[in-house]
Amino acid sequence: MPVAAEVAGSTPVLSLRGISKHFGAVRALTDVDLDVAASEVVALVGDNGAGKSTLVKVISGAQPADSGEIRFAGRRVNIPSPLASQHLGIATVFQDLALCDNLDVVGNLYLGRELVRGGVLDEPEMERRSWNLLRELSARLPSVRTPVASLSGGQRQTVAISRSLLGEPKLVMLDEPTAALGVAQTAQVLNLIDRLRERGLAVVLISHNMADVFAVADRIVVLRLGRNSGEFRTASTTREDVIAAITGAADNAVTQRESRQRLAEMADSEQAEEAGR
Amino acid sequence: MTGPTTTTGPVPAEQAELTMTRPSVRGQLSDGFARLRAGDLGSLPIVVGLLIIVAIFQYNNDTFLSSSNLVSLASQISSTGIIALGVVLVLLLGEIDLSVASVSGVAAAILAVSNVKHGQSAGVAILLAVAAGLVIGLLHGLIFTRFGVPSFVVTLAGLLVWQGVQLRILSDTGTINLPRGGWLLKAGQFHYFRTVGSTIIAAVLVGAYLISQVLGYRRRRAVGLPTVPLAYPVAKAAVLAVLCALVIYALVQDLGVPWIFVFFIALAVVLEWVLRRTRYGRAIFAVGGNIEAARRAGLRVDLIRTSVFMLASTLAATGGVVEAMRAGSAGRDTGTGDVLINAIAAAVIGGTSLFGGRTRRYAALLGVLVIGAIPNGLNLLNLSNDLRYIITGTVLLAAVIVDAVSRRGRQAIGTE
Repeated sequence: MPVAAEVAGSTPVLSLRGISKHFGAVRALTDVDLDVAASEVVALVGDNGAGKSTLVKVISGAQPADSGEIRFAGRRVNIPSPLASQHLGIATVFQDLALCDNLDVVGNLYLGRELVRGGVLDEPEMERRSWNLLRELSARLPSVRTPVASLSGGQRQTVAISRSLLGEPKLVMLDEPTAALGVAQTAQVLNLIDRLRERGLAVVLISHNMADVFAVADRIVVLRLGRNSGEFRTASTTREDVIAAITGAADNAVTQRESRQRLAEMADSEQAEEAGR
Repeated sequence: MTGPTTTTGPVPAEQAELTMTRPSVRGQLSDGFARLRAGDLGSLPIVVGLLIIVAIFQYNNDTFLSSSNLVSLASQISSTGIIALGVVLVLLLGEIDLSVASVSGVAAAILAVSNVKHGQSAGVAILLAVAAGLVIGLLHGLIFTRFGVPSFVVTLAGLLVWQGVQLRILSDTGTINLPRGGWLLKAGQFHYFRTVGSTIIAAVLVGAYLISQVLGYRRRRAVGLPTVPLAYPVAKAAVLAVLCALVIYALVQDLGVPWIFVFFIALAVVLEWVLRRTRYGRAIFAVGGNIEAARRAGLRVDLIRTSVFMLASTLAATGGVVEAMRAGSAGRDTGTGDVLINAIAAAVIGGTSLFGGRTRRYAALLGVLVIGAIPNGLNLLNLSNDLRYIITGTVLLAAVIVDAVSRRGRQAIGTE
């Protein structure tokens, strides 16, 4: 049972009920439910092949669902294409960043929706707006005129996420935004996600990284073998619970390993305390 | 895109986390040096290379910089330059068009046959020839986008097919001379802008540049962006004016500025404007930079690619028409030989990346000056073809090495 609707108290921005999708004989998603409210970061987690990517594709319109109900801002909708998804106000930032290395930051932010004045690109206005947007997001970039090729991974991710905001979306989906990023760069992106929430956006974060998920998400939705396998408030749950839901058992290799380490750490710290005395 | 890299805003610096660039002439200079150090050499290698070539030829034979030689150089390079403009566009997509020279030959043949054999007026003959280029480009673009055949193969096939078509159009006639006293021949060989005419053209050019710079400056002020001092664009306009004055002075000593050269420059200016200042131009860069990103951004990628192949073939046909007008004839060998290699070399030497998505400003113009100066100078030195090929090939290779190295430089900065 989804916890979200009752906790949030208001209509969720996005609400999925009984979403199913199959590819031939393979059932990728079975009766999946998901709610995301405004100003809420929902982490979508699950093992490889759990159906996260398929669910993202359903929401982004890349691969429409076979059955189930999608409500956006309370209205029942169909999302047959990526364009339909964008028109609803859903922005998707894919894992492989869709940026043009040869264009500068402004060029990338406004790609496909350039501002034009008298038939000519209105570079000053685009530059000013880019600058304002990035400043609101406290983005750390050398300059809005830097070619994207010379930016770091975190900066590129910042540009990709900022770009999705130009369409004034209500929901932003981030597919593994911190994969392949260093520690400092990851922190940069997590800060950015905090800022999306502050702006009142609904955020869906797909991630493998438990540390990131616990650092930034309000709620965690677990998928396992294409089904809902658990839903947690980040504030009142532990990693073990989430991992158990991901792997489908309380007792498994991952939890055993973690509890062994936990015991070892406790033993260590007791020894240290004794040594301290 | 627009020149100055300035992000200092009306907002207090401490609130912003974007690093600022000083909006001063000095800041501009230090930016320039930083880019140089980072391996981004801009148009510097080609300008230096051109100066070296000129110096060597002039040292060995002082007729190289003579007015009459410069006039003939200007009209020699125009047709190849126009073809190279199209090659730049195709290379920007990260594709190649090997058929441009053959297409120029077909266009020249159509021009001559329709004008001479079928008695069409010069205007109609030109229209037919250029339209043929448009249709050929459409065909290339459709085969490329619909069937996913690599552009290399499509246009390699085109190279042969259109050369065959050219021979068929000319049939048994061989070379067709354009009528003496006809407009085509006069425009190609005897139309020169003298001092007054060429000064007016140069004034329009410099004036348009200055106006666009001042408008850009005022627009930046209007939206509250920092600006470099107005002296900076004014100085650039002054440099442009001096450059124009030098060219005009050099050429009017002899016949003047060839009409076809002015036509080439005009096309180059228009294309540069389209590439840098319009949505269509931005889309071409985007498709060449990352086609998947362009597609996801909602650009109609296939339409853009097809249109670029159409532009390339149309420009190639235009180049063929200009070549026929200059030579006064169209024959079996129009558009054959080293026309193809020269057009591609000009685009690459001018600073168009073979990897797609990058080109220096006025690459075709700068490149064709180099590619044209070499055979012209070697001719004056009475050196044979073997050396000409070797030197042209070496310069081309050097240009590609500069491109590859600066690309590696960019990637090195990209990783922190």
